[in-house]
Amino acid sequence: MRLWLTLVGIGFRRWSTYRLAAFAGAFTNSVFGLIRAGVVTATVAVAGGTLGGYDTLAGVTYVWLGQALIGPVYFFAWSELAQRIRSGDVAVDLARPVDPMLAYLAADLGRAAFVFLPRGLPPLAVGALVTGLALPGDPLGYALGVLSVALAVVVSFACRWLVNLTAFWLLDLRGPMTLYLLVTNILCGLAVPVHWFPGWLAAVAAASPFPSMLQTPIDVLMGHAAGWDAVRLLAVQAAWAAALLAAGRVVFGFGTRKLVIQGG
Amino acid sequence: MNIISVSNLRRAFGAKTAVDDLSFDVPPGAAVGYIGANGAGKSTTIKMLTGILKPTSGTALTCGLEPLRQRRQLARRIGVVFGQRSQLWWDLPLRDSFRALGAIHRLGPDAVRARTSELVDRLDLGDFVDTPVRQLSLGQRIRGEVAAALLHGPELLILDEPTIGLDVLSKERLRVFLTEQRAQHGTSLLLATHDMGDVRRLTERILVVDHGRLAFDGTLTELAGQVGAERIVVLDLTEPAPDLVGVPGTRLVGVEAGGLRQRLSFAPGETTVAAILSVVASRAQVHDLTIEEPDIEAVVRRLYAS
Amino acid sequence: MANPYVVLVRMRMRAQTVYRGSFAVEILASLGATVSGFGELYVIFANVPALGGLDFTAAVLVFAIGHVSFSLADLVVGHLDALPTYLRAGTLDAFLLRPLPVLAQLITADISLRRFGRTVAGTAIAVTALASSDVDWTPAKGALLAVTVCSGAALFAAFFVGAAAVQFWLVEGTEFTASFVYGGNYAAQFPASVFATPVRVLFTFVVPAAFVAYLPVLTLLDLPGGGALGWCSPVAAAAVWIVALLGWRAGLRHYTGAGS
Repeated sequence: MRLWLTLVGIGFRRWSTYRLAAFAGAFTNSVFGLIRAGVVTATVAVAGGTLGGYDTLAGVTYVWLGQALIGPVYFFAWSELAQRIRSGDVAVDLARPVDPMLAYLAADLGRAAFVFLPRGLPPLAVGALVTGLALPGDPLGYALGVLSVALAVVVSFACRWLVNLTAFWLLDLRGPMTLYLLVTNILCGLAVPVHWFPGWLAAVAAASPFPSMLQTPIDVLMGHAAGWDAVRLLAVQAAWAAALLAAGRVVFGFGTRKLVIQGG
Repeated sequence: MNIISVSNLRRAFGAKTAVDDLSFDVPPGAAVGYIGANGAGKSTTIKMLTGILKPTSGTALTCGLEPLRQRRQLARRIGVVFGQRSQLWWDLPLRDSFRALGAIHRLGPDAVRARTSELVDRLDLGDFVDTPVRQLSLGQRIRGEVAAALLHGPELLILDEPTIGLDVLSKERLRVFLTEQRAQHGTSLLLATHDMGDVRRLTERILVVDHGRLAFDGTLTELAGQVGAERIVVLDLTEPAPDLVGVPGTRLVGVEAGGLRQRLSFAPGETTVAAILSVVASRAQVHDLTIEEPDIEAVVRRLYAS
Repeated sequence: MANPYVVLVRMRMRAQTVYRGSFAVEILASLGATVSGFGELYVIFANVPALGGLDFTAAVLVFAIGHVSFSLADLVVGHLDALPTYLRAGTLDAFLLRPLPVLAQLITADISLRRFGRTVAGTAIAVTALASSDVDWTPAKGALLAVTVCSGAALFAAFFVGAAAVQFWLVEGTEFTASFVYGGNYAAQFPASVFATPVRVLFTFVVPAAFVAYLPVLTLLDLPGGGALGWCSPVAAAAVWIVALLGWRAGLRHYTGAGS
């Protein structure tokens, strides 16, 4: 357990050297937040003041929380594992006494914890100033919210891990990764809340882990889902996290076996 | 009009002064060696002469033009080779680089073809002129860079450490080619290097720069005379022989293994290894020999000590 | 005698098709932005009939024109954000040693052909939107469309140049400038009327995204708020180019003054 915490700490420290980049990323998030806030406000207004359970203030809060979570939950291309597979360095990971997937997960959680402040706070601050935010004052809501964000990071990591595993069989990671990012950006509710999806798309989203990455933590943080509703959503997140991690472990096993047999 | 005219040139990077109060002139057609240890200020001077860097104070004129203000005009009249950086197009064949440069310098397609084949022939590029530049060895690439720099027939060729890392054969080929080009086209040459062999073979005049300042300006013979920038020929004989004193132009500086190995130092310009050998051959049988070139750091040190 | 820029760009295109396999993948990948942008509008309009005063067809037209303009700029100068790489490799010094302007060499040093997928997809969407909207076509309207796309591309190109110029000072400044370039692109795809006033000011006078697609479409569809403003995209593009070129000149001076 201590080893695991150490790895989280290392992940945290490694990212502290990228402070400037984190703030610059927050700047980009804020700009996009301003644009999306405008779109959401206009949409809700035309819909008569409320849409899918969001009024104007809730809508913009949703936008700003979304922008704040982009950094921690990591909606970008991640190819570290794929690069190590391709170069053969993954053998080094296998030789270490820690399970590789858990080691990377620990590092990712450390990273998320670090970027949470520099990448997360500025958009929220801009949002509070420009459009106003509607956050609940309920401490339990926040506690559940933080837990939900952590679970979201795990789900995101597990998905990225699985995509990277294609490097064992495919030559170029760019195709699968781009496809993954495209699907994620749409289905997780980043552009438009999942609650606004038309019937067929909502069904597709519900059957996927993507809403668990963004829509769920936002709903919990905003107090949109409270009490037992929130717990239910967290359970869904946890279930997806467990299932995806398990799948990741299995596929990783297949991949390393192939590597060992073929001689990397 | 001098082809290079430098006057009180100075360049500082923050607290560090890379070039300090440098002044010299180079007449057209000359071949000048610009020598100094690493960090002495050679590359900085060249950057100021070619329009890449602005001097902190002082003036530099190349081909009578101000390098920074008249950069594009100057670029048509000079060719520059940086030994450690490539100016060729990395993932395409060498031949394409020539074509591109021909278009950039506005040479007609016939002129480009003629010049390319001349350079390919003279620098022996035929084997690899259609190979992507990134696949070339260092020696091949440098020859390609020199050819590229000469494609448009510049009046002045500036080389910054072109032979660094090259094997003996490539160095020799390059030196022969450059000597030829100068003879044929009268191209002026500024060669920055810390290889004394380059200087000896290619230049008539030497500028020694140390910590950004000009420490010496003259011929190699004068330098040798001033600081003893001598070469040493180490003779391994088949059997021990009496000390080889009195060989014209040489000084005996070392005897080992009871006369089996003898070291003779001589000033370049005073005599040649061939001449020494013919004299020695009449007195002993030479089994093998090595030649030691003067070390540039040693030269500079001795320059200041003298 | 061959034009040096044509030669350079042709050489660059040949070098790109050498890597044929991933080329196809990248073209497909470039469609992703088109799909997600269009998808966003689709979902919004599945809920409401109008956004910022525009119906679905008009909104899609704004999106498509902005998208195509940006993709054209990205095609030609998108590689400028790799300026730090060129600086590190000493390529800029090689440019300084040639008798051509440095910016022109940098622009012709690469061409992002794989982004072309985006241009095709965006054009397809634009054509469809135009066909299904009731535009009162006149030669003037046709000219407006052409001018709009060209000016929009020029405007975004100027942003790429300005963003690159910043790299001369802030070596890791790519993220900051990206927020203007890509933020401007994103803003141009929506009707500017949805923005709150301070944001509208930002995207009209600082990053003139409103002139790229929204205002021209208002004029094209004879909607209120358009009129002469829809024809102002060339002015906006020129203004941004002036700033960008001044910035570039300053950046280059800084590079040769400070040394490498």
